[in-house]
Amino acid sequence: MAFSQQLINLFAALLLLIAFAMLSQRRILSLINLFALQGLMLSVSTAIVAWSSHQHHLYYSAALTLIVKVVALPWLLHRLIRKLDLKWDVETIINIPSTMLVGLALVVFAFNLALPISQLAGTITRSTLGIALASVLLSFLMMITRRQAVPQVIGFLAMENGLFFAATSATYGMPLVVELGIALDVLVGSFIFGIFFFHIRDTFDSLDIKNMENLKEN
Amino acid sequence: MTTPNLPIDIALGVIIYWLLLAVAGLLLQNSRAISQWIFPAGAAGALVLAVSALSSLGGAINVAVLPLGLPDLPFHLRLDSLSAFFLLLLGAASIGISLYSAGYFRHMEGGSLGLLCFEYHIFLAAMALVFLADDAYLFMVAWESMALSSYFLVTTDHNIPETRRAGFLYLLIAHVGAVAILMSFGVMQGGHGDYTFSTMRNAHLTEFWASVTFLLALFGFGAKAGILPLHVWLPEAHPAAPSPVSAMMSGIMLKTAIYGILRVSFDLLGMPLWWWGVLALSLGLATALYGVLFAAVQTDMKRLLAYSSIENIGIILVGIGLGLVFHALNKDALAALALTATLYHALNHSFMKGLLFLGTGSVLHATGERDMGKLGGLIHSMPKLALLVLVGALALAGLPPLNGFMSEWLLLQAFLLSPDLPLPYLNMLVPIAAAALVLAAALAGYVMVKFYGVIFLGQPRMEKTAKAHDIGAWELLGMGWLALGCLLLGLFPVFVIFNLDHVTLMLVGKTLGSTAAQTGWLLLTPIQPERASYSPLVLLVIIVIGVLFTLFVVKKFYHGRLRRGPAWDCGFPAQTARMQDTAEGFGQPIRQIFEQVLGVIREVPSPYDKKPHYHGETRDLFWDLIYLPIAWVAERISALIGKLQQGRIPIYLLYSFVTLIALLAFVR
Repeated sequence: MAFSQQLINLFAALLLLIAFAMLSQRRILSLINLFALQGLMLSVSTAIVAWSSHQHHLYYSAALTLIVKVVALPWLLHRLIRKLDLKWDVETIINIPSTMLVGLALVVFAFNLALPISQLAGTITRSTLGIALASVLLSFLMMITRRQAVPQVIGFLAMENGLFFAATSATYGMPLVVELGIALDVLVGSFIFGIFFFHIRDTFDSLDIKNMENLKEN
Repeated sequence: MTTPNLPIDIALGVIIYWLLLAVAGLLLQNSRAISQWIFPAGAAGALVLAVSALSSLGGAINVAVLPLGLPDLPFHLRLDSLSAFFLLLLGAASIGISLYSAGYFRHMEGGSLGLLCFEYHIFLAAMALVFLADDAYLFMVAWESMALSSYFLVTTDHNIPETRRAGFLYLLIAHVGAVAILMSFGVMQGGHGDYTFSTMRNAHLTEFWASVTFLLALFGFGAKAGILPLHVWLPEAHPAAPSPVSAMMSGIMLKTAIYGILRVSFDLLGMPLWWWGVLALSLGLATALYGVLFAAVQTDMKRLLAYSSIENIGIILVGIGLGLVFHALNKDALAALALTATLYHALNHSFMKGLLFLGTGSVLHATGERDMGKLGGLIHSMPKLALLVLVGALALAGLPPLNGFMSEWLLLQAFLLSPDLPLPYLNMLVPIAAAALVLAAALAGYVMVKFYGVIFLGQPRMEKTAKAHDIGAWELLGMGWLALGCLLLGLFPVFVIFNLDHVTLMLVGKTLGSTAAQTGWLLLTPIQPERASYSPLVLLVIIVIGVLFTLFVVKKFYHGRLRRGPAWDCGFPAQTARMQDTAEGFGQPIRQIFEQVLGVIREVPSPYDKKPHYHGETRDLFWDLIYLPIAWVAERISALIGKLQQGRIPIYLLYSFVTLIALLAFVR
């Protein structure tokens, strides 16, 4: 039991580390790879939880995560940026060191917040709840600080990863039906985002969301 | 189920009947059919309502629960003496107005008349429901239907921008008032979560919360009634609306607010505090004086009547205030006197103001002119109208033996008796208030001289005024009914008071009738015969005898030496219509004396001006002092809030992020 707990903690730490890496990554291509890696960590840690706590439905969730978040979505995103021809760097609104500092503060806040909840939770994964919350907040931060549409979508998807992890660590996951639904939502959402990207680029000749300011009512 | 609930069933039947008429008008779309059949049919319904309400005054309290409304929230209805009195007022006054409308609207185009007929009857039904409602939910539904239908009636001529503006102002103030009323009900139910009036009667509020309720109700109903400083919509909305609608709004709808104040302060709240009365009294006096002063300087005849309505609402509020003071200090006999005067005046006002607004409608129809400066001499071309309006004007001026005198006299009697109050400061205040009331009444006389003199007397100022056609049969019938009402209400006060007794008995537990009729029905004595008594019939007989005698003497001794000369001819050889007194000229002394209050703007031309132009305007000071600053602040706040909308997605995301963090930190 102690060994699997150690393993879960390790993967949770890796998850958080990847979240920070995404926050500091300028290139879209590497961002997508990091996102796939985060999905893999999530999938593996879910599988370990399933093995150690004998929750069989968690195996299905792990498999689902693997298919959707490690294979399908990154593949979609790769195709997307190839078509849109934007592999390289992304401008951030706030510079990266400051973003990282804000991220640190968020992690502290998240751990502080998770403390009373994890004392209530009876799961073996309870110590990772803070990490899950922190990765949700970090992904949110990433959405705010990026100026282009594709990294924002990746931030949104990463946030979903964090939520999934939070659910696993607090209550051994949501019911399978809910997870299936969420997975489908995420897939459909990505398709819609993709269509929007093309439209945005057609309209503004760029994917920089700064152009959307023109839509504001004066 | 059958007999005890008969009056409320009849009232409900009339409401449903009006709603059916509304739909029928909408479907018919034929102006001849609507004016000839639907409006008179509406008047018949009003007659039934008035008769049933009169017979149920003093009867048993009728309650009914309608299976309408939201699930588990049915409509409660109740017909007691207070409701019955106001239903009587609604029915009696709307008979005349509906009959008049049958003639007035006959030239209107079918489609828009159908719409107007729809709104008109919905308006009637909604007002009746307001009087019948026995829970806050139905009350608010009826109240808002009333506000909305009257808004659409006001904006009948919506292609004129001023009308739309007036309608918007009316709707805005009506809604601000409705919010206050809703909050007042919310406080009054005392946390039971049950909004029926019977719960509110039994909810024992502390003095503080009762006062909050009263103030909210006074504000909310005051917005509808036109109590200072919420009166600004009246002079805008009344000229904009068609005249029968103005008559309805001024004659009846303002009384729904009076009903609301009476219902809340006497019935629902139980025992009032004496300072509520002082507050209502002071507000009423200010409103009455302000209204009558502005009425005196108006040149638009409907605006003049609108300000006069403000004045009368002020007088009614004075009566309510006095009643509250007496009731709170356990002088219930005096409270009954003050309330009788109040209710009497409300009834009178709906007759006389309805009559006058209808009169202005006929003038407007015949000449197309609202500006009194262009009218004049209409008594020659429209003698029937002139006679009917004279009755209304004399009544509104408060001259005996008509009804306006009756109620104002009763109110003054109540004032004169107040020295026995146990509060010395209040005792000192009351004579001043009585003097101010007399001033308002006297100025009202002045206003009516101006109204009648400038429009009907003298020489015609315009060609088409001289050739105006007199009113038709429907108009004559409608106005005749209201004029007859003015006369009868003035001549038989003792009978009226006997009927009002049921209401005062319910509100304060005392009556006036037995005192009033202690020396027989001919002589009205509010307190004791040696203090004051009044007999309108005897007075009428004396007046008639005096006039006949004078006529006889003139015929007998002056006959043959009678010369007919032009009116207002002071010996000038050549006289034109431009030489006679105008509305501005007549109001000039008042404008000079009260220049501080009126906010006069005047442009006088220089003597060398080739094209001299004179412009004089009186502005409502409340615009500059209250409304414009509020509008300015609202605009600034919205500009500040508008800055939140940046059009940048990261900023919007940041809003949700910060909110999330703040909420997380909060729940921790």
